[in-house]
Amino acid sequence: MDENKVIICRCEDVTLKEIRNAIREGFTTVEEIKRVTRSGMGPCQGKTCGLLIAKEISQMTGKPMEEIELQNIRPPYGGITFEEVTKGTITENDK
Amino acid sequence: MKNKANVVVIGGGVVGCSIAYNLAKKGVKDVVLLEKSYLSSGATGRCGAGVRQQWGTKQNCLLASESMNIFENFADILQIKRDIELKQKGYLLLAYSDKELEQFKKNIEVQHSLNIPSVLLTPKEAKEIVPNLNIEKLVGAAYCAKDGHANPFQVTLGYAEAAQRLGVEINKFTEVKDIKTKNDALLGVQTNKGFIECKKVVVAAGGWTQNITKMAKIDLPIYSERHEILVTESVKSILDPMLMSFSYNIYCQQEPVGSFIMGYGPENEPHSYNMESSWKFLETMSKKATWLLPPLKNIRIIRQWAGLYNISPDRQPIVSQINQVEGLYVACGFSGHGFMLAPAVGILMADIVTGDKLTYDVILDLERFNRGEIIEEPSVV
Ligand SMILES: Cc1cc2nc3c(=O)[nH]c(=O)nc-3n(C[C@H](O)[C@H](O)[C@H](O)COP(=O)(O)OP(=O)(O)OC[C@H]3O[C@@H](n4cnc5c(N)ncnc54)[C@H](O)[C@@H]3O)c2cc1C
Repeated sequence: MDENKVIICRCEDVTLKEIRNAIREGFTTVEEIKRVTRSGMGPCQGKTCGLLIAKEISQMTGKPMEEIELQNIRPPYGGITFEEVTKGTITENDK
Repeated sequence: MKNKANVVVIGGGVVGCSIAYNLAKKGVKDVVLLEKSYLSSGATGRCGAGVRQQWGTKQNCLLASESMNIFENFADILQIKRDIELKQKGYLLLAYSDKELEQFKKNIEVQHSLNIPSVLLTPKEAKEIVPNLNIEKLVGAAYCAKDGHANPFQVTLGYAEAAQRLGVEINKFTEVKDIKTKNDALLGVQTNKGFIECKKVVVAAGGWTQNITKMAKIDLPIYSERHEILVTESVKSILDPMLMSFSYNIYCQQEPVGSFIMGYGPENEPHSYNMESSWKFLETMSKKATWLLPPLKNIRIIRQWAGLYNISPDRQPIVSQINQVEGLYVACGFSGHGFMLAPAVGILMADIVTGDKLTYDVILDLERFNRGEIIEEPSVV
């Protein structure tokens, strides 16, 4: 398996190699790896990569999976356009 | 973890890391930095990451431009490999009244006295820089092409890495639980991982600073307040500078990766440590942003979050020793501009702790509030 060709975060194009390098540098939480590599910062907010990264951390540090916290999921979950937000909320006063 | 140190720095945000690095650079041995979570987990990792030199007081202009010099040469100065993603495509400050424009003119005079290359623009000229800008109601603008953005995680980690190379011990996931004093002098710091004996402690704990100084029975005149922010999906570049208005109350910028990041100052926000997101922010932000930059309306918002502003009586930093407890220092009260000032603040605090002459001719001490010398900065968000 070529670590350089395995994409872990598809939104931000982060490879397995980059994730492993971050763990080797001492970033052993999903939140830290998000910040140094941008994994999980894209539209899906780490739905797939979060778990894959947790698994890598577990394998490389020996920490059991159950003890590894996943990233925070933030609103608006799923993504919404500015127009979709404003549409339902414009009142007579705003016009 | 060491159980004895010369200086303990509390807080692993950009300010604490800059201070630790600058102390080590001045030759201070056995500096230990303590961070309760991961580095940049506080306001630093939650900020808008804008860096601007367009201030209205001489000392803010000075600190901001000195910091910009450091951002511009970051990797060389710190001898690290990290890319801090510095983007210098300007800050466009928008004026919606003649009074606001007059203030910009005055500010620009101050800025020019320190060689900050800012200019005053007509609405038409502003639109040349940002073709998508809605210039309805706009009276004029101020612009500095050298202002911009830097990645706050990379800047913080850069300082941390350089500090470690110079011998600083950084302990992540280590929480300060108590500060022990005897006869108004420091004995040491109690953490969840053990006690560290030390005579000097620098508190750079962002929104939590006032809680930590209370451990040494010091009440600071600062408070914390939630500020919300959001980020969009990445799209092709349509906005070069940071857009900012004090009266319309907004800041909005497109990061080098293509996502927009934006926020505004909340009204009637209670003093608190609340970092939850609100629907109201999303709604108001969406209205404000799409009015200012109409093409935003079809772009997807992907994440919103909040962080703490730590606010002093004049909304300016406190970088100071604490007279009542020998060896205790604080760097706090940064409001919305602690990221951009952190490089210079680190140098200043290292001067204060070592007792050297200050590198910059500025007044940021705590006693200024007792002397009634508040800093009147007209340009804060
Ligand atoms: C929404 C928002 C937008 C902003 N936009 C900008 C901007 O565009 N430009 C700009 O210059 N500034 C901006 N700011 C302000 C800037 O983020 C802050 O001024 C700056 O990050 C402060 O850095 P700091 O290191 O002092 O604090 P922090 O980054 O908050 O670091 C303090 C650290 O102390 C740690 N800590 C707390 N208690 C303890 C304890 N008991 N033991 C150990 N560690 C502890 C925390 O975990 C934290 O990591 C913004 C802030 C917010 C919230």
